[in-house]
Amino acid sequence: MASVFEYAPAPESRSIVDIAPSYGLFIDGEFVEAADGKVFKTVSPSTEEVLAEIAQAGEADVDRAVKAARKAFVKWSALPGSERAKYLFRIARIIQERSRELAVLETLDNGKPIKETRDADLPLVAAHFFYYAGWADKLEHAGFGASPAPLGVAGQVIPWNFPLLMLAWKIAPALATGNTVVLKPAETTPLSALFFADICRQAGLPKGVVNILPGYGDSGAALVAHPDVNKVAFTGSTAVGKEIARTVAGTRKKVTLELGGKGANIVFDDAPIDQAVEGIVNGIFFNQGQVCCAGSRLLVQESIQDELLESLKRRLSTLRLGDPLDKNTDIGAINSEEQLTRITSLVEQGEAEGAERWSPACELPESGYWFAPTLFTNVTQAHRIARDEIFGPVLSVLTFRTPDEAVAKANNSAYGLSAGIWTEKGSRILAVANKLRAGVIWSNTFNKFDPTSPFGGYKESGFGREGGRHGLEAYLAPSSPEGER
Amino acid sequence: MSTVDKNDKTERAERLSVFKTYKLYVGGKFPRSESGRVYEVTDSKSNWLANVPLSSRKDARDAVVAARKAFGGWSGATAYNRGQILYRIAEMLEGRREQYVREVADSEGLSKSKAAAQVDAAIDRWVWYAGWTDKIAQVVGGGNPVAGPFFNISSPEPTGVVAVLAPQESSFLGLVSVLAPVIATGNTAIVVASEKSPLPALSLGEVLATSDLPGGVVNVLSGRTAEIATPLAAHQDVNAIDLAGADEVLAKELEIAAADNLKRVLRPQPVDDWAATPGIDRMTAFLETKTVWHPTGSLGASGSSY
Repeated sequence: MASVFEYAPAPESRSIVDIAPSYGLFIDGEFVEAADGKVFKTVSPSTEEVLAEIAQAGEADVDRAVKAARKAFVKWSALPGSERAKYLFRIARIIQERSRELAVLETLDNGKPIKETRDADLPLVAAHFFYYAGWADKLEHAGFGASPAPLGVAGQVIPWNFPLLMLAWKIAPALATGNTVVLKPAETTPLSALFFADICRQAGLPKGVVNILPGYGDSGAALVAHPDVNKVAFTGSTAVGKEIARTVAGTRKKVTLELGGKGANIVFDDAPIDQAVEGIVNGIFFNQGQVCCAGSRLLVQESIQDELLESLKRRLSTLRLGDPLDKNTDIGAINSEEQLTRITSLVEQGEAEGAERWSPACELPESGYWFAPTLFTNVTQAHRIARDEIFGPVLSVLTFRTPDEAVAKANNSAYGLSAGIWTEKGSRILAVANKLRAGVIWSNTFNKFDPTSPFGGYKESGFGREGGRHGLEAYLAPSSPEGER
Repeated sequence: MSTVDKNDKTERAERLSVFKTYKLYVGGKFPRSESGRVYEVTDSKSNWLANVPLSSRKDARDAVVAARKAFGGWSGATAYNRGQILYRIAEMLEGRREQYVREVADSEGLSKSKAAAQVDAAIDRWVWYAGWTDKIAQVVGGGNPVAGPFFNISSPEPTGVVAVLAPQESSFLGLVSVLAPVIATGNTAIVVASEKSPLPALSLGEVLATSDLPGGVVNVLSGRTAEIATPLAAHQDVNAIDLAGADEVLAKELEIAAADNLKRVLRPQPVDDWAATPGIDRMTAFLETKTVWHPTGSLGASGSSY
């Protein structure tokens, strides 16, 4: 649909970011080459431009980083909480100061719109460090015992969809509780983590407290399996999460897993339609749907299906797909060629299984990885697009007649991370929220995050919670047998 | 001992006592093992005590079905109601105190007084957990002060069906210490009794059946721990497993099997003294945290926006 008002291009300048041609691993406060000299390239998903060459961590590097973290742990854990807090406050402030630079960097490396990195990712990253900084000297009041103790070295593996935000979710609580960290960013988005290393330098963080090891899955596996790692934190796919659970079986390593989802967004017939449409769009097209808690299954009450779909399609036709650095862009690039292939293949299966595919008229740029916002109707619960996590801008629409049916369909999933409820009736919100088996439920809103709020899944969406007071537990030793907590 | 007691004893000696057939407790009923197998349970001096069911994989699966069926009702009951029922269980246990003292003394080779101390501690523990049902949500949940016009609250919910491998050495106090927290928080349970000393656990079934506890909320199996635990750890409809009664080798094996559907696993932890106050870890291990958001429609600069 042609827009009444044509937008002039409004690109954010990339001159604020200075990307070096190559980066090393960040171990013990220094950038170093990989022991075996291996490197890989990180590209901008919207242009396929090579941004930098990155050292690729191997087993020897993992060992070196864990040793550095172990050594640093002695002093870091012994610091008074108030001192650790000050380091974290410094980091939060430096992130705020460098927020524009980091937003541009993240958009370049990840492909998501600058609107999102600038207005969602970066403010939340700073907020997480700020929030956990304040816990560092108050841990004895957190409800985990009178003298809660850190675990030691935390091995953390994070995904590519929110590179810096996931780093913040992992590193902030780990440092606040006195642990030291070895973190492996995803192979397609290592840059912001390496820039974070520079922030640690600016903050004067002691050497070895934070170590960054870019690499592929094998680097992550080596980190998880390292015998001197005390705590494993992972965000990523359910399949890898299960592998990690097997790897740590029989060890004393504490584990938290934030895995996949197939969130149900339930719209009742009395919902405010325009608000619901905004929420549905936000739920599945935010970050190109590459969000574990995305509302990828729309459950709409049968009586308003036509009206809602009409509004939804009209709204989708106004979304602007293109240059992620343009401030008017709503839909950016898919993070990698591999992910684009996965989305494409699942969507083809959806068609093959008989679901009806719809996309707004949408021109895709010639280079880069792109996928138009896509809607499937005539979807049944048996369809693969209703069961598997697609992790892309693809919404499956199902219908229901009664609240019970909505709950049954929403819960008919191996996942249990998020859900949405749209209705004007308060008692219905509470009744349905009570029955949904999901860790985060947004009513009359969607995709809201805050450092004070625990986030995490039921069922195969993982163990444990991140954020809030609950997020501290993952990094503290179990309370004494006396049970003083 | 008074003379009356002595007379009693003489009278009893002339009377052949009635043995008890120990049975499983599954879905509120007392079946024998589907397999028809039993094994011999002896006291610490190898004297025969009873033949108890040697549960099979099928018994384990039946117990899962019963526990799943009971989950909706039990988790949906009010915390106050669950507390009442747990307290009722403590009342029933108190009434059977002597029986448990005898069974614990026989099973664990303890003196009467030591066994009595274990039983008393176990009954007191039920009472302790009965009081937790309507407090745990306030302790581990709460409102989150988010930076935006939203109301947001986190509350704990039971994880679902929990397989509990009861500790091997503490046949009653240990059993109660691992079972009560699981059901206090609204989960349903399949308990695998201590392999060597299953009698107190099987007798507990009789108490549970007469305590207003809905059938299926607790299911008690006796037999070889490893044999029953393996299918439970691999079962796709079991949400969590407490490995208290597993040795190191078995625990690792079960943990690997449990990864298949990402069961919540409580690893075996050394417990020096089951009588010590346990803390809330055993409850939180089987709770999920649900966070619910809603806009508050806060007042903007231009006036009302709600």
